[in-house]
Amino acid sequence: MKKIMFARDFLMYSVKGGVKFYVWLLFLGFFIMLWGFGNFQQLTKGMIVTGLNDQTTWGLYVANFVFLVGVAASAVTVVFPSYIYNYKPLKDVAVIGELVAIAAIIMSTLFITNHIGRPDRAWHFSPGIGIFNWPDAILTWDMIVLNVYLVLNFICAFYFLYKKYSRGKINKWFYMPLIYISIFWAVSIHTVTAFMLNTMATRPMWFHSIVPIKFIASAFAAGPAFIILAFIIIRKNTKLIISDAAINKMSEIMTYALGITLFLSFSEIVTELYPGTEHSYSLKYLMFGMHGLTQLVPWFWASVIINVTAFIVLLIPAARKNYALLFYLSALIFAGIWIEKGIGFILSGMVPTPIGEFVEYTPSIIEIFNCLGNWAIGLFIFTLLVKGAAGVLTGEIKHDALNVSNQP
Amino acid sequence: MDRREFMKSIGITGAAALLSNPDELEAKTTWAEHFQKAFRLMTDDEKDQAIKRLEERYSEEHGREVKVGKEPAMDGVLFGQALNIQKCIGCRRCVHSCVKENNQSRHDPQGNATEIEWIRVVKMEKGNFSAEDRDHGHPFKKGEEYGISEGGHAHNNVGVVLEGEHYYEPKKVPEKDSFYFPIQCHQCENPPCVKVCPVKATYREADGVVVIDYNWCIGCRMCMGACPYWARRFNWGEPNIPKDDLNTDTHYLGNRPRMKGVVEKCHFCLQRTRKGRYPACVEACPVGARKFGNLLDPESEVRKVLERKRVFRLKADLNTFPKFFYYMD
Repeated sequence: MKKIMFARDFLMYSVKGGVKFYVWLLFLGFFIMLWGFGNFQQLTKGMIVTGLNDQTTWGLYVANFVFLVGVAASAVTVVFPSYIYNYKPLKDVAVIGELVAIAAIIMSTLFITNHIGRPDRAWHFSPGIGIFNWPDAILTWDMIVLNVYLVLNFICAFYFLYKKYSRGKINKWFYMPLIYISIFWAVSIHTVTAFMLNTMATRPMWFHSIVPIKFIASAFAAGPAFIILAFIIIRKNTKLIISDAAINKMSEIMTYALGITLFLSFSEIVTELYPGTEHSYSLKYLMFGMHGLTQLVPWFWASVIINVTAFIVLLIPAARKNYALLFYLSALIFAGIWIEKGIGFILSGMVPTPIGEFVEYTPSIIEIFNCLGNWAIGLFIFTLLVKGAAGVLTGEIKHDALNVSNQP
Repeated sequence: MDRREFMKSIGITGAAALLSNPDELEAKTTWAEHFQKAFRLMTDDEKDQAIKRLEERYSEEHGREVKVGKEPAMDGVLFGQALNIQKCIGCRRCVHSCVKENNQSRHDPQGNATEIEWIRVVKMEKGNFSAEDRDHGHPFKKGEEYGISEGGHAHNNVGVVLEGEHYYEPKKVPEKDSFYFPIQCHQCENPPCVKVCPVKATYREADGVVVIDYNWCIGCRMCMGACPYWARRFNWGEPNIPKDDLNTDTHYLGNRPRMKGVVEKCHFCLQRTRKGRYPACVEACPVGARKFGNLLDPESEVRKVLERKRVFRLKADLNTFPKFFYYMD
């Protein structure tokens, strides 16, 4: 009974807000409408409505998927300091990190659904009624780790919120093991996603042992960037108190991770370009263009400029404490890593083809609608989750045994 | 929930769909096909039912009677093919006969389907060297007075360098400065595509042919990412096969018409070879560059080639162990 009331109160609170709140949701709703149109087109006509082809079989959908798995993994940058170092300022709002993970996993699932040609046959990989090619296919590992991670974060976040709501005591023997597992698990999801790509010996751009660690490093820059944005927006617009110390810790993590990412990118470039074998063609195509095809070149250099500049500015402690500046820097880093990982790493890995053909891929408008829509759905869910969570954390919604109908 | 229960619940949904659909027979067929098992796991009865469903659907869709076979691999047979790159003249007759034999999607002027060709013939340059570049160093390198570090002929291709030029359209083949290198599925003994498939829709059959169960494929294209030979094609739209060009003699794991959203590729013409015939490409080659046969039979053409000619496998460093060989006399 208490649980149903929690669900009801959480839901009711999460959909109530001011004008700004509804304008934001309507804004997202617009893109969700485009998403509906795009998905209808793709499901009825087939994937021919995308810009993909036999040469470039993976495109924006996979790029966004990989990036978002990273964002999901980065929930650990909040959870780890909170529970391993018992860092109080973050511990108070650690649940927001878990909500980021939930929203990001939902988005990555949407992207994969858009990516596969026969989503109607998704039941083929359910163990029992289908064939689950585990442990051979790394995609099956990825499905396992992502689904378990979603469940772990869902339980951790809502158990915590429910206890706050009902003013119960957290059962450490239940809760802490889940937290420890989720920390380990967060690293595993991005590692396995990296393995899915870098075990393809025929794609030299991906066939690198640096990929998993670079994925994690860049995710721990992009994820905290998103969390900082969320923290700043949340404390401006809700009554939830998020301390400066929490934001400072996140910006510190983001700076270190960004530095490591840049170092790893640099190592990769030197390793590939110095010997200049055929295996460096994807990277050369990405950095300078090849055979007159230069579509990705501006993206690559934009991400270099963004990430390097942001890193240098972030090294100045005063800049990190200037939250107006930090807000923009975080947005830039989020975009910079998205370009680096999605556009740069995924798209260039498809060029040239294994038989040496250079084909440039341009996403279609339908593909872009679907991508924007997937992001909008994720942000919509995230907004509601955070709104509800803020209500619980500030004590605005709580279980009242005497007065059952307590509404804010 | 076990399989039976699941199918039952599906049945209920299916029935609901039937009620709203005027064409009951068609709806029934579609639902049953939609929820059938992987071909390899079907009992003989289920296979026959699945094939009957398909034959009915294909015949209705294409307006011609289509036969779907299920011949299993023959005992004591392991298929292999060898291609003589010295003889190939780049005429692409193998490509066109393959397209026709295997019901590949043709160019669609309306843009609802892509053109699919399983064999691609890559043009290789014989290459040239000029006196001009003899004494040139790399244009961006300084200090060449101490000796050239990268010569002016670097990055000029000669011979087997995969540059993916498969769009050549000369008036006459062979062209003077080129030779040709057809590429198709290599039927690897250690196929990277099979390993990465999350649902085992693609697998190696007993006669060594890597097949795809088109009704089981989910279209994730992991296999296309993993294939080193760019042998796999995806049905981006609903395939476009003109009625008159349809080959009605098909095989479940071979050349039966595919649907949108699934992967396809060369399967050594299962529908022919399992009945003792040559693949279409071998039959069509005007210069006899393609040799096909049973790798377990010392008297077969392909074994004779392996014995007597200079044979190599493409991208041998990847340990895929193809059963498609290239050779020279």
